[in-house]
Amino acid sequence: MSRLPITKTPKCFLGGAFIRSESGRVYEHKDSAGAFVCNIPLCTRKDLRNAVEAAAKAGPGWAKRSAYNRGQILYRIAEMLESRADELAAAISLTNPNAAASREVRAAIDRTVHYAGWTDKYESLLGSVNPVSTPHFNFTVMEPMGLIGILAPEESPLLGLLSMILPAITSGNTVIALASHGEPYPSILLGEILAVSDLPGGVVNLLTGTRADILPTMATHAHLRAVYAAANKSERTEIQQGAAEHVKRTVFLPSEKPIDWFADDAQGLYHIRHFLEAKTTWHPVGV
Amino acid sequence: MPAKRPNNPARELLFGDLWEYDPAPETAPAHIAPRYDLFINGQFTAPKSKKWFDSISPGNEQKVSEIALANEVDVNAAFAAASAAFPKWSKASGAERGKYLYRIARLLQDRAREFAVAETIDGGKPIRESRDFDVPVAAAHFFYHAGWADKLAYAAPGRTLAPLGVVGQIIPWNFPLLMLAWKIAPALACGNTIVLKPAETTSVTAMKFCSILQDAGLPPGVLNIVTGAGDTGTNIVHHPAAAKIAFTGSTTIGKFIQRTLAGTDKRITLELGGKAANIVFEDAPIDQAVEGIVNGIFFNQGHVCCAGSRLLVQESVADEVLRKLKMRLRHLRVGDPLDKNTDIGAINSRKQLEKIQELVKSGVSEGAEIHQPACKLPKRGFYFAPTLFSNVSLSHRIAREEIFGPVLSILTFRTPEEAIEKAHNTPYGLSAGVWTDKGSRILKMSTELKAGVVWANTYNKFDPASPFGGYKESGFGREGGKQGLLDYAQIV
Repeated sequence: MSRLPITKTPKCFLGGAFIRSESGRVYEHKDSAGAFVCNIPLCTRKDLRNAVEAAAKAGPGWAKRSAYNRGQILYRIAEMLESRADELAAAISLTNPNAAASREVRAAIDRTVHYAGWTDKYESLLGSVNPVSTPHFNFTVMEPMGLIGILAPEESPLLGLLSMILPAITSGNTVIALASHGEPYPSILLGEILAVSDLPGGVVNLLTGTRADILPTMATHAHLRAVYAAANKSERTEIQQGAAEHVKRTVFLPSEKPIDWFADDAQGLYHIRHFLEAKTTWHPVGV
Repeated sequence: MPAKRPNNPARELLFGDLWEYDPAPETAPAHIAPRYDLFINGQFTAPKSKKWFDSISPGNEQKVSEIALANEVDVNAAFAAASAAFPKWSKASGAERGKYLYRIARLLQDRAREFAVAETIDGGKPIRESRDFDVPVAAAHFFYHAGWADKLAYAAPGRTLAPLGVVGQIIPWNFPLLMLAWKIAPALACGNTIVLKPAETTSVTAMKFCSILQDAGLPPGVLNIVTGAGDTGTNIVHHPAAAKIAFTGSTTIGKFIQRTLAGTDKRITLELGGKAANIVFEDAPIDQAVEGIVNGIFFNQGHVCCAGSRLLVQESVADEVLRKLKMRLRHLRVGDPLDKNTDIGAINSRKQLEKIQELVKSGVSEGAEIHQPACKLPKRGFYFAPTLFSNVSLSHRIAREEIFGPVLSILTFRTPEEAIEKAHNTPYGLSAGVWTDKGSRILKMSTELKAGVVWANTYNKFDPASPFGGYKESGFGREGGKQGLLDYAQIV
C-alpha cells in the first residue's frame, strides 16, 4: 500500500499566528474537477474584529520601522515567494487550470520587489517643503493612514491580493484582507510565506470566507481608516454608506470589468498615495 | 535697578471703565447692493424660484441685503452653463487660465478694503481680521494657484494632471470669501468649471466677487454661484453633471454627503469639524503661548474648524497659564465688528449663539469651572463673552463636541505620552498646537499627533502654499499646496 500523504489544514494568518475561524465554520474547497481538496475557514465579523485588534497593535511599530528596514522586509517576502513559486502556481492551477499560473506568480514576485524599492522614495516625491510667507519652516510629510481593510478580487487570487496589500504596507499601514472566496488557497500559502518573511505579526492579516459575512463590518468598523475593494456597484454603495459613519476613505477597483493585474499601472507611486495622509507642520524659525 | 517688593508685586494695569476707548469705526464704503441675483453663465440672473431671503448683519441684526434663493431649476441652469463652458476652458492653455487667476488676484487686492468691510458687515467678524487676514489671504490663494495652471505636469511626478469636469462646491459661513478662494482657485487652475454655493448667512462677498469675475473677463459659465440654504446644497450634491463635490462644513453634513453619494462615481473632498488639542509644555515661553492660546480659540469668535478648543497644559505650569489667560481675557474687546479696536466680533447667527449658550450651560452643569471676564456686550446683535473652562475632564461635552464659539476647555497632563493620548481622544484630527522651547520635542509631537496640521509655537496660521485638511472624522482631501491641487485633478 502506498504511503498516505499528510494533507494540510488550511488556517488563516492573523496577528502572526495561524487560526481557524472563531465561528468554527468552514466551507469545502474543491478542485476544478470537483474533487474535495480541503476545508477553508469561514471567517466572520468576530475574526475581522480580532484581526483589527492585531493590526492596531502592530501598526505603530510597523510605521516606525525605518523605510530601509520595511524595504528589506518586502524584499524578503519576494525571496520567500520565489522559493515557493511552483507550489503557488500549483495552488492557482488547482481551481483554475486555464490560469496563466506561473506568469501570475512571477508577476506577483516582481511586484513585491517593485514596492520594496518604494519604501524610501515615495516621501521624496509626494511630500514637500512649502514656502510660506511667515518665518516658519513649513513642511508636509506623508503618513500612513493606519488600518486598511481590503476586499481582494475573485480572480487572480495571488497577484490581485498582493497588488492590493503591497501599496498599503509599503508606507507603514497594516491591513486586514479578505481573500478570493472561490480561489482561497493561494492566500493560505501567502500567509505561510509572510510568516517567515520577517514581517511583524499583525501587519498583514488574511481572512477567508464570504463577503456577506465580512463586508458590512469592514465598511463600518471605526478603527479601519480606509477600505480598498475590488467591488461591484452594489458592494461599492454598501461600503460607502458604511464608510460615511466614520468618514472613512474608500478606494475602489470596479469589478464589473476584468481588472488587468499585469498592467504597468496596476502598481506604482499613486497606489501608495491612496493610503497616505498629508501632515503639515509649521516649525518656528527664529533665535 | 527697581526696588525689590517681594510681598507687593507690581500691580496689573487694568483701567477697566476708567477710560473708554473712543469708537474707531472703519468707514470705507462696502458697496453692498440691496438685492443679489444668482450668477449664472457670466450674468446676474433672477432666480426662477422668484424668491429672495434676507441677509442680516449679526453685529446689529439689521438687514444687509436680499439674497436669491436658488431652486432646482436654477441649479440645473448653473450646471448647464458650467458643462457648456468646460470643453473650452479645460482645453485652454494653462498659461491662459493662469492669467485669469492673476487678474482676479489683482482685482481683489484693488478692492480689498471694500471687501473687508462687506465681509465684516455680513458675517460679524472683526474688521481687523477681515482686513488683515481674510481678504489678503484670499487674494494670495488666487495668485499662488495662478502659477500652477501651466505647471500641472510638475505636481505629479511621472504623470500629469487632467481636469475632472464640473465641480460642485459648498462652503461655510466662517470665512466666506477665503473659503471661496480656497475652493475656486485650485479648481480653475486645473481646468475645471464650477458651481459654487456660499453659506446661507454669508453670501454677500461671494456675490460681490462675481463683479470681479466680470471685470476680469472670465469666460461665461466657468464659475457659477448659486445662493440658498440646505436644499440648494442638496440639489448641487445630487446633480448628475457634478464630477466632484467639495464641501467644507460640519461633520454631520459631511457624513450625509458621503452617504448620499454612495454608489456614484463622484469624487468627494470633505473639510469638516475639529476639536484640536493645543498642547503647552512647561518649557514653553508662557507669555507667547498665552497669546497663541488666545489667537487659537478667540480668532474669528472661535468660528474656526481648526480652533485650539482643547487646551492641554502641563500640570506644573497650569496655574500660571490659567492666571495669565484670565488676565489676558480682561483685555479683549468684544463688540462692534466694524470697530478697528475690536478683538471679538459678533457670533455669526442667532442659531449659532444658541448652540454656544447650550454647550456652555452643559459645561457648567457637568461640573467644569467657568471663567468669564466682566464685559459689556452690545444690546443688539449676537455676542458672547470669551469663556474659559478649567477642571474639564475628557468626558465633558465641552471637551468632546465642537462648540464653534469663543469657549476654551482647559485640561492638564503630566507626560508627553499622556498629552498625546488625550489629544487623540476625539474622533476628529484636523489640527493641533505644540508649545515648547525644544525643537526636537516639536518634531516628536508632530510625528505622533494624528492631525493634518500641526502648529508649533504658533496657531491658526494659513498660507496658500501650505496644505490644509484633516485626519479621521475631520474629512479627507487637502486644500492648498501641491497636495491640494491633486484633489482637483485626475492623475493621468
